[in-house]
This record gives sequence, C-alpha cells and structure tokens, in this order.
Amino acid sequence: MEALVASAIGVMTAAGVYLILRLRVFPVVLGMTMLTYAVNVFLFASGRLAVNMPPVLREGVDTYTDPIPQALVLTAIVISFGMTSVVVMLALGAFVEAGDDYIDLDGEAEK
Amino acid sequence: MLNLLDHLIVAPVVLPAFLAPLIVLWLRFDTNAQRVFSVFGMLAMLAIAVSLAMRASSGPPEVYRLGDWEAPFGIVLVLDQLSALMLVLNAVLGLAIVLYSIGSGWDKRGWHFHSLLQFQMMGINGAFLTGDAFNLFVFFEVLLIASYGLMIHSGGRDRLKAGVQYVVYNLAGSTLFLFALGTIYATTGTLNMADLADKVAQMPAADAGLLRVGAALLILVFAVKAALVPFQFWLPGTYTNAPGPVAALFAIMTKIGVYAIIRVYTLIFTPQSPVGTLAHDLLLPAAGVTLVIGMVGILGARDMGRAVAYSVIGSVGTMILAFAQFSEAATVAGLYYLVHSTLVAGALFLIVDMVKERRETGLVIEAQPPIRNQGLLASLFFMAAIGMAGMPPLSGFLGKLMILDVTRGQWWIWAAILVTSLIAIVGFARAGSTVFWKSESLAREEGDEMPTPEDGTSAGLAFVSVGGLLAAIVAWTVFAGPASRYMQNVAAQLYTPQAYISAVMEGAAQRAEAAAQAGAHPEAGDDHDVQEAPHTDAPAPAQADAH
Repeated sequence: MEALVASAIGVMTAAGVYLILRLRVFPVVLGMTMLTYAVNVFLFASGRLAVNMPPVLREGVDTYTDPIPQALVLTAIVISFGMTSVVVMLALGAFVEAGDDYIDLDGEAEK
Repeated sequence: MLNLLDHLIVAPVVLPAFLAPLIVLWLRFDTNAQRVFSVFGMLAMLAIAVSLAMRASSGPPEVYRLGDWEAPFGIVLVLDQLSALMLVLNAVLGLAIVLYSIGSGWDKRGWHFHSLLQFQMMGINGAFLTGDAFNLFVFFEVLLIASYGLMIHSGGRDRLKAGVQYVVYNLAGSTLFLFALGTIYATTGTLNMADLADKVAQMPAADAGLLRVGAALLILVFAVKAALVPFQFWLPGTYTNAPGPVAALFAIMTKIGVYAIIRVYTLIFTPQSPVGTLAHDLLLPAAGVTLVIGMVGILGARDMGRAVAYSVIGSVGTMILAFAQFSEAATVAGLYYLVHSTLVAGALFLIVDMVKERRETGLVIEAQPPIRNQGLLASLFFMAAIGMAGMPPLSGFLGKLMILDVTRGQWWIWAAILVTSLIAIVGFARAGSTVFWKSESLAREEGDEMPTPEDGTSAGLAFVSVGGLLAAIVAWTVFAGPASRYMQNVAAQLYTPQAYISAVMEGAAQRAEAAAQAGAHPEAGDDHDVQEAPHTDAPAPAQADAH
C-alpha cells in the first residue's frame, strides 16, 4: 500500500507541476488542483498509513491512527478549495478584461 | 484568566478580525464611517502593539494558550521581543497606508478596501505572534487571501493579469509549505515550534535525513515570501501593478518571509541541531545574488515603480546577508536594517504613486512637462531614495555600516554591498533626475493645464502620511543608539531559545503538577501527558482553532 500511495502522490505532483508551467490559465488551474490533491494525500499519509483504526482514545482499544494529520488535511482542503475558487474568479476577470487567457503579462506576443 | 491584560496578546489578531466583517457587513455603503473605523482600528492596533512591546521588553517570552489547551496539544501565541517589534512596525506602516489611501482616494476606487486591509493586518499580526508551525501556514493564507483582493483592487487589465500570476505563484508556495510541514510532522510528530525545537535537538544526527529535507523545503517556502533569488520573479510585476498603498503594504510582506526565516532557524533548526548549517549554506549565496539582481534591476528599470520594486528585492538580499551569519551581532544589524527598509520602501511606493497620479504617461522614466507639487514630490523622492540606497545621513547608511561591520573578513559580502549601493545610487539618480529635473526645461503651453490627481479629495493627508513615514526614518536615524540597544535585547533573546522553549513547555508541566497537588487529579502519577489532555476524546482540539 505504501508504494501505491507514494507513487500516486508522485505522479500527481509531477502532473501538477507540468500543468502549472503551461502558458494558459486553464491548465494552470488544473495543475494547482492536482498539486493540492497530491499534498492533501501526502499530509494524510504523514501520520503513517493505518487502516480501520480509531483516531480517538477509548477503553479496550490499544492501536490507534494519528488524528492530527486528519485535522491538518481538513484545514488544508478547505483552504486550497477556497484558493482554487479565488484563482478561477481572478482568471475569469482577467480573461474578460484582456480578451485572452495567457498567463504572462505580454500575452499578445504569443498569439 | 479573568485579567483583561492577559488577553492583550491576542488583541492584534482579534481586533482586525472584528473590524473587518463589521466594515464589510454593516458599513458597506458608508465610506466615511468605513474610514473612521479603519483609522481608529489602526490607531488602536498601534497602541496595543506599543504596550505589548513594552511588556515584552522585560522578562521572558509570554505565552497565550488559545482555548486554554496546554502547549503541545493546543495552539499557542507567543509574544517575545521580535514579535512585538514586528507588530509595532506593521501597525506604523498600516496607519500610514490607511491615511494615504483616504488622502489619495484609492479606497473609493473599488469595493471593500478597508475590510480587506483589516483582514490583511489580522493575518500579518497572527503570523508574527503564532507559536505553531501549522498555524503559521493558516495565518499566511489569511494574509495572502486578503492580499489577493487588495492586489486587484479597482481592477484593470494589467492588474488582473499580474494578480493571476501572483496568486498562482503563492498557491504553489503554499503547497510547498504543506509538503514541508507534512515532512516535519512525519519525522518529529509535532508542529508546536517550542516542542519541535526540543524534539529536533534530541534527534540523532543519523536519523535526520528526512528532517533536513523538511528544513530545506521550509527555506524554499520562506524564500518565496521574501522574494529571494531564484524565487523573486513574482515581485516586480506584482508590486508595479498593485495599487500604490497596497504596494506599500506589501513592503512588509517580504519581511514576513524574513521573520519566518529568523524565527524557525534560530529556534528550531539552529546550527547546533542535527540539521546543521544548512540554512547558512543555502541563504548566504542566495542573498548575495538577490542583492545584485535587485540593485542592478533599479538601474535597468524603465519605470519608476519597477525600480522601487527591485530596490525591495535588493534590500531583502542585504538583510539576509546579515541574518544568514546566524550570530547575535549580525542579527542586531539585520534587524536595524529591516525596520529601516520596510519604512523606506513603504514611503517610496507612496511617493511613486503620487507621481503616477499626476503624470500623463504613468511612471515611464522619461522627461515630461512639470507636474503639480513637483518640487515637494522631487524632494520627498530624493530623501527616500537616499534612505533606500544607503547614503548618509539616513538610517540606511547606518544599517549598511552595521552589516559591513559584522561581516568583516568576508570580502565578497563587502564587495557586493558596496558595489550594489553605488549601482542603486546611480539608478535612483537617473530615474529622479530624468523624471523631475529634465521636465523643468519642458514648459507647458498656454492653456495646457496640469493634470490633477483623480479623486484627489485631500492630497494633504497623503503628504502627511508620506511625511510621517519619512519622519519615522529620521527618528530611526537620530535614535540609532537606543534602537540598536533594543535590537541587542531582541537578538539576545533570539539566541537563547531555551527561554522560549521553557516558557511554552515548562509552564504546562508546572500547571499540571499544581493541578495534581491541588487534588484535581488524585491519581496523577508519572503519566502527566494523559492528565494534561482531559478531553482526549474531543476531536482534535489543536485544529479546531485553526479553521
């Protein structure tokens, strides 16, 4: 399972980085989303991979999974989701104002 | 806990967090009321920051436990002399900016300027106060999301395009921050800074490989915020296209990255820790290149705004050269220069914005017919540029002198600082003389009116704000002696991290013992840890605050 999760994070990060380096806004937003997925899974895994174990202390249970990364990842998901919607709105505004969705400041030269 | 003064530590975060929604929800259509609340909010923040600084200047760091959860489990705010200094600096700059935005009418050119400004203050103050690494991330996001709104305030094609770049760059930086925190949590099992410092110091050097990865990732994150080479690309475009007062506020944004570097690498990943001199080795060459690129950029810029933006990059390089020495004396010099360069960069952005309002062709460095208030603006620009370039008699000179003094023997740092100062002087002299002096020879034709600044409701207030910042720089020069003595205390506290750690960690242990003796937990034995978390089955208290 470790190999599966690790390679999934790696592939998603690579795809995210590749897409962020594109010239148009849409692939960049997709890349950001991909990258935040990757980091969320990574944060989740930072408390070790444990299946079917409770995150809370309880009578009669002596193996636990770490609850902190779950709380961290919840915060990270909320923030990254909000940030993605901000960047979508901003990109839309820039597209309406400028008439193109190139990410660099002198986009016309590329047309 | 009933004493109100105990809660003053959290006030720099709570006050703007209360004001911002108030302004946006209740005073949405009443510009005057917004302005009153915003100005009084800033004044109150300054008063709070000064009183906190006076409190912090004697005694060990003070700890404020949010929700009264004990240290490694809950989030703590820690007030030490460095955070107090940064709070005061932020409040001074914030006050100048809110006055300028009112005087120049910038706050009326779009929606929600004042509430976004308050949210930004909340994020910045929180980042300076927090004693928890993940909470630092959360406050970074708070200040960033407010800065996204401020950056595109009043819209326009170029500004929105630059805004998209800025947001994407910082989102990538935030992702990197999370990767770093995940790595550090996976190796140490904690994110409380004091607890981290303890755990990192105890880690055997052979096991520290992954930790070193985390520490290096954190340097990258903070370098993005501080605009260190090779992560400086976002800065010139952003600062040039942002509204004037917002660019001035961003003068402290790079310093947040610098603050985080100082905090994390003097407290947690010290040169004595298993991570070793990683920070020193990475930061020193990066700072040298940053300094050169920034100062050469001033000379190369074709636009005054861009020249000032590059001078911010250069000044960050200068101060990191000092901080990367990781010695007490060098930190004193770096801190003195940090305060100076924040104030002077803020003043320069405001002056340049006033010039832009009065010119037909924006900020391009070319001769134009004279503008309104030409003489006054020229002398203000002259003064601020002297400060930024580091010429006598202003504090930039003293700051650079102190940095040269502590880096004696490292010839390449001397060469870099001295040569780039000359380049900066030439760059600013060229920009200033072309824009202000050449224009005197181009007389206006009869009937050709000087353009008046847009919405120039009370230009006097804008000048008051710039004058206030410059007066602060003069005061910083005149009182250089007391200031550097204060900085010595700050640095001394930074380089005895044990006081910080014990303030956060031992307080918890003592309280648990006292509670045990008082009979609250008669069965308290050796396992304090379980006793200190009385509601262990409540879902993750630490993060309930973070949302």
